[in-house]
This record gives sequence, structure tokens and C-alpha cells, in this order.
Amino acid sequence: MSTILTVNHLTKKFGYLTAVKDLSFTIEKGNVYGILGPNGSGKSTTLGIVLNVVNATQGDFAWFDGTTTTHQALKKVGAIIERPNFYPYMTALQNLKLVCKIKEVSEEKIEEKLELVGLLDRKNSKFRTYSLGMKQRLAIASALLNDPEILILDEPTNGLDPQGIHQIREIIKKIASQGTTILLASHLLDEVEKVCSHVIILRKGEKLYSGRVDGLLASHGFFELKTDNLDNLKSYLEKHASFGKIKLENGCITAILKEEMNAGELNKTLFDQGITLSHLVKRKESLEEQFLTLTKNQSN
Amino acid sequence: MTRLLQIEFIKLWNNRASKVLILAYFVLLTSIALVAAVKFDIGPIKFHLAEQGIFNFPYIWHFNAFITAFFKLFLAIVIVSMMANEYSNKTIKQNLIDGLSKKEFILSKFLTVVTFALISTVFVFAVSLVLGLFYSNFTEINIIFSGLEFLLAFFVKLVGFFSFCLFLGILVKRSAFALGFLILWQVFETFIRGIIRWRFFDAETTDIVMGFFPLNAMWNLIKEPFTRLSAVQTAVNQMGEEVVLNYHVHWYEILIVLAWTAIFIYGSYALLKKRDL
Repeated sequence: MSTILTVNHLTKKFGYLTAVKDLSFTIEKGNVYGILGPNGSGKSTTLGIVLNVVNATQGDFAWFDGTTTTHQALKKVGAIIERPNFYPYMTALQNLKLVCKIKEVSEEKIEEKLELVGLLDRKNSKFRTYSLGMKQRLAIASALLNDPEILILDEPTNGLDPQGIHQIREIIKKIASQGTTILLASHLLDEVEKVCSHVIILRKGEKLYSGRVDGLLASHGFFELKTDNLDNLKSYLEKHASFGKIKLENGCITAILKEEMNAGELNKTLFDQGITLSHLVKRKESLEEQFLTLTKNQSN
Repeated sequence: MTRLLQIEFIKLWNNRASKVLILAYFVLLTSIALVAAVKFDIGPIKFHLAEQGIFNFPYIWHFNAFITAFFKLFLAIVIVSMMANEYSNKTIKQNLIDGLSKKEFILSKFLTVVTFALISTVFVFAVSLVLGLFYSNFTEINIIFSGLEFLLAFFVKLVGFFSFCLFLGILVKRSAFALGFLILWQVFETFIRGIIRWRFFDAETTDIVMGFFPLNAMWNLIKEPFTRLSAVQTAVNQMGEEVVLNYHVHWYEILIVLAWTAIFIYGSYALLKKRDL
């Protein structure tokens, strides 16, 4: 598997504020990465540095095998940072032609990419007449013009209405399914969870975790249980060695596992104990729950 | 290089305001020919400007280069805004992300500026040549093509001035403020001149010192052509005054402006490199 981006001990200071602190990670080809973190955690700064628009205070980064200059490497990258930036007085088509010139690729892909993001019928409208969702889709089309090795998206659904968010996600999924490496920065956890295989979690410029999404917390998941006699069930579970914390909320018991156990086995044991369940679900923590646990652990 | 020029051409030519200003500028350059039509015919007083010798070779090169250099302000607006708009639209960020290096970005702007200056020079050359061939009293080849150093000075003056505009555009990032700064700088140089003359040196030394300031250096390249006119000289002589003529283009003046050009372009690059976008 080939490496697309290597970041080594990157630090960025804005005056007294340290936006990124000693950050290292690598991006491998073919995966979909998410950079997660609350607002102001250094996501955009990190992307700005590797995209040549922000100067690093310390540390370095290398694109691909490290033999090309950054601006040459960027011609093989597609990136959208925060807001779509185009010339407002030019049409979509003129803007994309300009991007082709900068990236030194032929103009023949323009129609195809506009089709992909559903803007082909508006290609001759001026950029300033576009809605935010359309601008964002045009930015994606523009980032794809060179069939990039990696697509970098920074908060691609920020400020969009639900329909716009849905459209952008569909496009991202479509691109990911074609095998393009994607790096997606977001504070929306469900967004990252839906499309990413790997995550890098940042908080106040520091890396808390990087690796596979499912390896984020070494947890065995939890059960959600309902029965007529809740107290009975609760006291039984509290005595059971396999369970850790037991929570009773809104008539539903959440029992966190300390070791692996399958749902059928639990059902049988409880039935033998004379407890009949009306609801039994085994779940893994969502990324959001894991993220909150992780950030909480670190801040203690 | 053509790629960088094409990039800049797409940006400029699709902007209606820039297009109108650029076209207006070249129309104005041509309009210098209209001076030929200035004609008073009031009874006994017959005055035809074209026959006063202003279109004589080689004087015409000097005269036209001097007059048309004023029109550069039109292009200054275009150049300042083409730089500042990259900041206000944040397209400079997108350009860099798309794979334009900072060096290429500055180079594309500088090449555009040089192209503007070059086209202007060719334009002035063509218009003056035609006018001269119509009205000049001397049409020998060696006279026609003497005094062309004024066109070189014109070219250098334009490149220097436009580079200053580029630099201000990057420095200030807002076109209106950058143009304001340009005017402010002119006032500042005048102010400095006053201070130096008042406190430190005599008139001659003041001129030498001021010759090192950017706008003054550009102004010095092409001196006013009016005292060179034989009609004016005759008039002055009749009043008993002596005309001291020093209208030539000096190599060191060209050098100073070229040095400023280098400073402005390198300064723009250094600013862009240092800043976070």
C-alpha cells in the first residue's frame, strides 16, 4: 500500500496560541480518513499547512514519496477548504477552465464532473448566482477535475440545508466507492462515521487517536434490555461478572459489557432466571459516544 | 510562461469592469491623435496645433511618451484590483491549493504587467509613427528613428509603476485602500521633498535625493517636453530668459526605476510567502 501523505511533528503557533501541537500521521492510499475534533481543534490549520497556504512553525510534511515539490504534488490532489472560492463574475464553465489551466489538465473532464455533481444545466450561470449548496457542489467538481489521488474536504456540509447535506454525502459516497482516497475534516461525527474507515481525532491541536474507526475504543459493546420487572433484572445484572456499569433510563436498562458475550446466550441465561425480556439489542458505541468518552478521559 | 499569461488573461478578460477599463485605456492612447485636430481659426488668428512642430520627428516620441504616460492611471486601477480581488474573493487561496506555486502566482501577475507595458509601448509607437508621417516636417529614416529612448523610458516607467501597484495590492489587500495609499504616497514624497529642501539641501541636491524615491524616479524618466518646442523657446528668449535644456533619458534613472521594480516584485513575493492565508 502506498503512502499519500506523511506529516511529521507538525506545530503551528499563532502568536501565543498553539493551533497544532506536534502532530504526526500518515495517509495511505485507498482509505477514507476522517479528521475529527471540535471547532478550533486545529483541523483546518493542519489541512492549510499541507495545502501550502499556511506556514508551519515547526515540523514538516511530504506528499507521495517526498520527491516532488508541494505545488506539483497539489496538482494530483483535489481539495476544498471551508468555503468554495471562485471568481464570482465568471460562469461555472469559465471557472473550471481556469482550474484546468492551473492544474495543467485537459478540459475534457469538465462536462463529466459537472454531470456528477448535477450542475451541468447551470454551467453557463455566473458563480455569484449560485446557492451555497450549488457553490459547494461546484467546488467538488473542481476538485475532481484532475481525477485526484486524494480528495481533501474540509467541513463540506457546513451551512447547508438538509437536502444539500444529503446531496453532498451521496456524492462523497459515490467518489469513495470508486476507490479514491478521501480525507474528510468535520466536527459532525455521524458524517465521519457514515463514510470513514479511519479517523484522526484532534483536541486543542493535539492528536488523541489515529487508526481504524472500529479500533477506537477496545469495547465489547452493550445491551439494551427491557422487561416487566426491571428491578429484578437490574439486581441480577449487577451481580453478574461480565457486566460493568448498569444504567436505568426511561424504562430501559443499558448494560455495558466487560467481556464478549452474545445476545442469545444472555437471553437464555435470563430466561433460566425467570426473567422474560420484551426488548433485547446488542450494540456497539456510536462514534459520538466513543469520541466523547475519549475526550473526557483525556481531559481528566 | 504562456500558461501563466493565459491564467491571468482568463481572470481579467471575463471581468466586465476590467475589460471596459483596458479597452478605454487603449482608446485613450489612440486619442492622442485627436490633438492633431486642435485648430483655432478666429479671424486673423490661425492656430493649428499640429503645425506647431509637436509632431516633428524625433520630438514626437518625447511628446507622446510624456502625454500618454498619464493614462497609466486607468490601468493602475485594473492592476490594483486584479491583485486585491484575489484576496477579497479568497481565490488566491484556491489558486495555491489547486497547485499554483507562490512564485508562479507573482510571476503570472508580473508577466501580465510587463505585457500591458509592452502593448502600450507598441501602441504609442504605432500611433506616433502614423501621426509623424502625416505632420512631421522631417521624414528621413535616420531622423524618424532617432530619439526612441523615450519609448524605452516609457516602457520602464510603466513596468515600474504597475509593479508598485501590484505591491500595494498585495500589501493592502483592498483595491480602494491600495489606490488611496498610492495617492497618499505621492503626497508623502512631495512632503519629504519640502522637508529636505527646507531643512537640509539646496534645490539641486534635493532633486538628486528625490530621484531615489519611486514615484519621483518614474517621473524623472521622461521630462516635460514643452520647453523643447521651438515656439516656446522663441517666446522665452524674447522675454530675455535663457532656456536650460536637460530633457534626455539618463541610464541611471532607468536603473533606479528597474531597481524599484525588482524591490516591489520581490517584496510582493516575500509578503505572500510569509503570510498565512
